[in-house]
Amino acid sequence: MTGAPDRDPGLQPERTRLAWRRTTLSCTVAAVLAAKQALHGGRTPVALVAVALSGLVWLGFLAVAHRRIQSLTRSARPGVLRPREAVAALACVAALALFAVAMLL
Amino acid sequence: MISIAQTLRLWFAPERIGEEGETPDYRFSLANERTFLAWIRTSLALVGGGFAVDQFLPDLRWGVRVGLALALLAAGVLCALRAVNHWVRCERAMRRGEDLPVSRFPTLLSVVVAGVAVVMVVVVVFGWAG
Repeated sequence: MTGAPDRDPGLQPERTRLAWRRTTLSCTVAAVLAAKQALHGGRTPVALVAVALSGLVWLGFLAVAHRRIQSLTRSARPGVLRPREAVAALACVAALALFAVAMLL
Repeated sequence: MISIAQTLRLWFAPERIGEEGETPDYRFSLANERTFLAWIRTSLALVGGGFAVDQFLPDLRWGVRVGLALALLAAGVLCALRAVNHWVRCERAMRRGEDLPVSRFPTLLSVVVAGVAVVMVVVVVFGWAG
């Protein structure tokens, strides 16, 4: 964190930013599939709650990704990803999988 | 070998990683982060596959469909858990200047995915209903 204006010749922060964007996109696809699955049996109140929950999970992931992208943008020598952020990403995946299991059974 | 409890503590207490060894070149940490994200994408794809099996193969017998979907979903969750664990272990190994951890997980995941694929091929070739 020297605040040096020089840019990384390997564009490492930018590549990491793009990796977060790709991952957000994957999360969007999974959340859309979850919502589609929930609405499969018609627009019952339970289905709408399930859609809202998948939306919430997606927003959660979006927030984590956005914060990380911000911190990657701010400096040319960004800090390490914090375990809390990694665990938050894990929680989003696990929540979507749980929804899937709940809807299957 | 480290115990599960110690690993879990490491997940939730970032400063404990920072206590050990020296901070590696930030580029190595970013590469580690990208690997972690690639594994998270893999697990999201597996979870999405679980949804897809249930949605796009409605003609399958209930047991087969749910079995395939559950296998994919379980693989997805395991993959995500392992992604965090591997990321923490790699980060620590880099700080300590040790070799990066090796793991059997990629092989296991390939075997599971191949198994699901073979079952799907068999189911499609030998008729839907079964």
